[in-house]
Order: sequence, then structure tokens, then C-alpha cells
Amino acid sequence: MTDFFPNHHLPDTLIQSYAAGTLCEAFSLVVACHISLCDSCRASLGAVEALGGAILDETPTTPMMPAAFADVMARIEKEPPPVTPAIAPSASVFPAPLQDYAGANPEATRWRSVGGGVRQAMLDVGGNETARLLYIPAGKAVPEHTHDGLELTLVLQGAFSDKVAHFKRGDLEIGDGDLDHQPIADEGMDCICLAASNAPLRFKGLLPRIMQPFIGI
Amino acid sequence: MRHANALAIERPVSGVRNDAGGRDFSGPVARIAVMRAQSPEDWTARMLQVRDQRDLKAFEALFHHFAPRVKSYLLKAGGSDTLAEEATQEAMATLWHKAHLFDPAKAAVSTWVFTIARNKQVDLIRKQRRPIPEDPIETQRIEPDVAEDFAIAQEQTVLRKAVAELPSAQRKLIEQAFYGDLSHTEIAAMTDLPLGTIKSRIRLGLERLRRDLKESLS
Repeated sequence: MTDFFPNHHLPDTLIQSYAAGTLCEAFSLVVACHISLCDSCRASLGAVEALGGAILDETPTTPMMPAAFADVMARIEKEPPPVTPAIAPSASVFPAPLQDYAGANPEATRWRSVGGGVRQAMLDVGGNETARLLYIPAGKAVPEHTHDGLELTLVLQGAFSDKVAHFKRGDLEIGDGDLDHQPIADEGMDCICLAASNAPLRFKGLLPRIMQPFIGI
Repeated sequence: MRHANALAIERPVSGVRNDAGGRDFSGPVARIAVMRAQSPEDWTARMLQVRDQRDLKAFEALFHHFAPRVKSYLLKAGGSDTLAEEATQEAMATLWHKAHLFDPAKAAVSTWVFTIARNKQVDLIRKQRRPIPEDPIETQRIEPDVAEDFAIAQEQTVLRKAVAELPSAQRKLIEQAFYGDLSHTEIAAMTDLPLGTIKSRIRLGLERLRRDLKESLS
């Protein structure tokens, strides 16, 4: 699945908080999906985790309960080994971590129209953040909007352009309060994106603003 | 050597002479080597014994070294004493059960233990789901490359030394980032550490993996 090389990567801050385990679930999903498609960020994550290992090695010890080792051995004998093999590379447009939320088949996704041919599917993530899949037909545009908080958009199929750059499969766009954009899908192939946000989007046009409470984006 | 200090505050492996405390635990003299197994390279060797031979003694040595550190980490990450003990025991059971997934070319043992403990922390303390990246295409290694396998462990030694030599304020910041909640904050001190070499090595390993796969397919 990695015969291409993404041009737009995870910022260090996201890799660091994902490595530390402090990143929210919605953003973690985007990070895990990008890393599934990007060897460079996978290696960066490995390096930050190596630092986690070094810190662990330098950590002062806290005594375990006296019977802890025997308890662990009992636990090992009691529990059957987990049948979780390595998470295999996926042949689907959806990277393996996304399949836990959305299945493997985009055709089977329960899309809802958000107008202008654009469709979305909300994903069930914990926390106050949101994650959703966006389906933008070839050549169509997502209504122009800005972000109050942070929005991460990862391209899974096709490509889109906005005033920042051109984004293709594996590329990640970071939107914050300064980004005022209108992504337009390339001609030739419908575009599917995974987007996560920690604040509602603000649409600029009147119609999308009226529609927003109903379509839930 | 710093290692001797680390030994002094650890529970000794049963049946093993603790040469830091000078006490004799009446075990076979040969097992003293277990207690000296302190470098990342040695832990890699132990972990491979667990992975390939299901070696209980090696597992016990890993347990006595890592469990008390994992427990400290989970306590600092906000777990109660009971929860930290419980999650540490679970982490160590996972270390045994998932030993077949340990690849020394990808991570040092301390790194691998850290990721297991971190996942328990997210799962049991933060009570959050953790999406995990899919594995890069796995290929059977035709010939295990011992030098390659221990290269990451050697880099880990260099990194660990660099961490130990950081000014304490900087080290504290990094610890907080891992143990506390400095999410979305750039950790400037990280730029002083030799993370680039580890990143390039992992990157090279991935390239090699994909090249091997292409060759095996053609």
C-alpha cells in the first residue's frame, strides 16, 4: 500500500503526544491512519518511542507486590494467548485502524448528504472531538469554511486542492483558526478523506450556515 | 557505573547472587550474568530468549528490571497504587504473550516495553480506545542479520546516555511530556537528543523490508 510517498506530514507535536498516549482518540485515529501510509512518520514515531524507552529505563523503581511475579505467571497460564496477530496491511482504501470504526468497504459506509454532492459519515469516537469521513465527488467542492480549533484532514482516496496546496492519498492537511479554505476534489476520481476536529467548523455562506445544525458538521 | 545503583534498589532475581548488595541468594553462579544484563543489547538477548525459546529465567529477569519501572510510570501517569500494580502485571503478561511480535531491528526492549505500558495507560487509566497503525508489510527474513538486530539497541545506549546527561530542567520537561499532559506543546529539549539517527535506522529497516518483499514477489 505504500508505493507512494505523502508530501504533507504529521507535525512533531502530534507525533509526540500520540507517542506519549496523551492525544485524544479522534486525532489518534488520524495519526494512526497517516502512519499506516507513511514510513517517514512511522520512523519519527519510532524515534520518539525510543525516547519513551530511555525515560522508562531512567525511571526510579516502585516495588511491585511481593507475589507479583507469581501472579503474572498465573495470569499467563490462565489467559489464553490473545489472538491478535500483527495488524496486517490492508488492501482497502481504509487503513486498518480506520476499519475498526468504519469497516473495510467504503461502498458499505452509511453516507449522509451534506449538500452539493458532498457526503459524510460520522465516526463513533470518545471524547469531545469529532471524527468523520468525507466523500467529495470528483470536481466538487466542500462548502467554504474556517476552523475555530484544530482540524486534521487525511486524504484516503483521490486528491483535493485548496489555496494551501494539493493533497493526495496519505497527505495530511492541518487546519487551524487561520485556515479559511474550500477544498475542491480533483477531476477523475471521487475523493474520500478522514477528518477530525476539536471544534465545530464555521461556514461562510448563508445556506451552509443555516443547514449546519441539521447536518451536524 | 550507574548500573550498580540501579541494582541496589531492585528486588533480586530469586536464586541469583546480587553482587551489588553482596548477598548470596544461593543460586547457580552462572546466573549472575542475569543481574549484569543491564545494557539494551543484553535486554535484547533476553527478549529473544523469551521470544524464541519461551525462556522463563529470561522472562523473570526482564520482569524484575522492567515491572518496577513500568509501575512508576503508570503511577506518574495518574494510576492509583492498585491500578498501577494491576496494569503493570497486565503489561508484563502482554510482554510474554506478544513476544512473537518483538523485532529487535525495530525497537530496543525498553522501547517495546514502554509502548506496551503506554497502551495499558491509555486503555486502563485514561479509559480511551487507542487506534494503532497497521504493520508495514511483513516478510520472512531470509537470513536473520544479527548486526542489524542489535544496531537499534546500540543506538538506545547512546540515547539513554544523552538523556542522562541532559540538564535536569530539560529532562524534567521531557518526562512530563511522557508522564503528564503536555500535549500539543513542542518539546524543545528533544532537539538536543540523537533521535535523528534512530529515525534513519528505522527508515532504512523499512526500506529494506519493502525491497525484500519486492524481490520475493518478482
